[in-house]
Amino acid sequence: MPTLNQYLVLSATLFAIGTAGVFIRRNLITILLSIEIMLNAVNLTFVAFGRALGAVDGQILVFFVITVAAAEAAVGLAIVIGLFRHSESLNPDSFASLKW
Amino acid sequence: MAVVASLLVIAQRNPIYSVLLLIASFGALSGLYVLLDAPFLAVIQIIVYAGAIMVLFLFVVMLLNAPHEDTGYDARLRGPQGSGAISARSGPMRFGAALAAALIVELVWALTEGEGGAGSFSGASVSSVRAIGRSLFTDYAFAFEVTSVLILVAMVGAVLLARRDVPAPRGGATGER
Repeated sequence: MPTLNQYLVLSATLFAIGTAGVFIRRNLITILLSIEIMLNAVNLTFVAFGRALGAVDGQILVFFVITVAAAEAAVGLAIVIGLFRHSESLNPDSFASLKW
Repeated sequence: MAVVASLLVIAQRNPIYSVLLLIASFGALSGLYVLLDAPFLAVIQIIVYAGAIMVLFLFVVMLLNAPHEDTGYDARLRGPQGSGAISARSGPMRFGAALAAALIVELVWALTEGEGGAGSFSGASVSSVRAIGRSLFTDYAFAFEVTSVLILVAMVGAVLLARRDVPAPRGGATGER
């Protein structure tokens, strides 16, 4: 049975991986996927603490986080589609201007 | 396993492989939820994340015909201002790698430096779907409703953003955006 600390270390590792992905990768879709990784790391922390405290609130918070992540993914992908239609590229460096 | 899959997600150059590996990572996380006595969340994770969100990502990747990373970028920037653009790009990359390394070192240090006794879980676990549902619809009812409104707004916004520019219909209704 893994302990709480091991879950927290795993969650921290996942969050760091997501952070590295956001900064290193130069692809809008991969950046969105890295954001999902970070959200999942936070979810794992919620569930681990909820289990440790014997409360059900952590799981409900994870439920809301998943819902918001779904909405964020939908809107983000719609924006990505719009940007790709405009300039045929997925590189965030090519969208540096605020006006097109 | 989740760590390996997530590392591979950001190591892949083809977005399709990234999405498929992220599904594997979510499966591993779902197994961890089962270990944490949260079977409801494990099922939700599989259905919503691996089932819905990742299919959405995959659909977009295939719809956009997914160019490999950096191809159009390098071709475009090697022309006029080659070396300056490349050095400007390696700056954020180095910063990101350093930030991630610092983050993980700091977090692991903080977690291992803390009291080492915070160990295994105590016995009582409330994880039944009945308890989750009761708490969700009594204590968190307002947040639940706000979430439904949020999903509605996101849906309308996504449709509006992804719409092509249609010419205004002739019947007097001005197609305003």
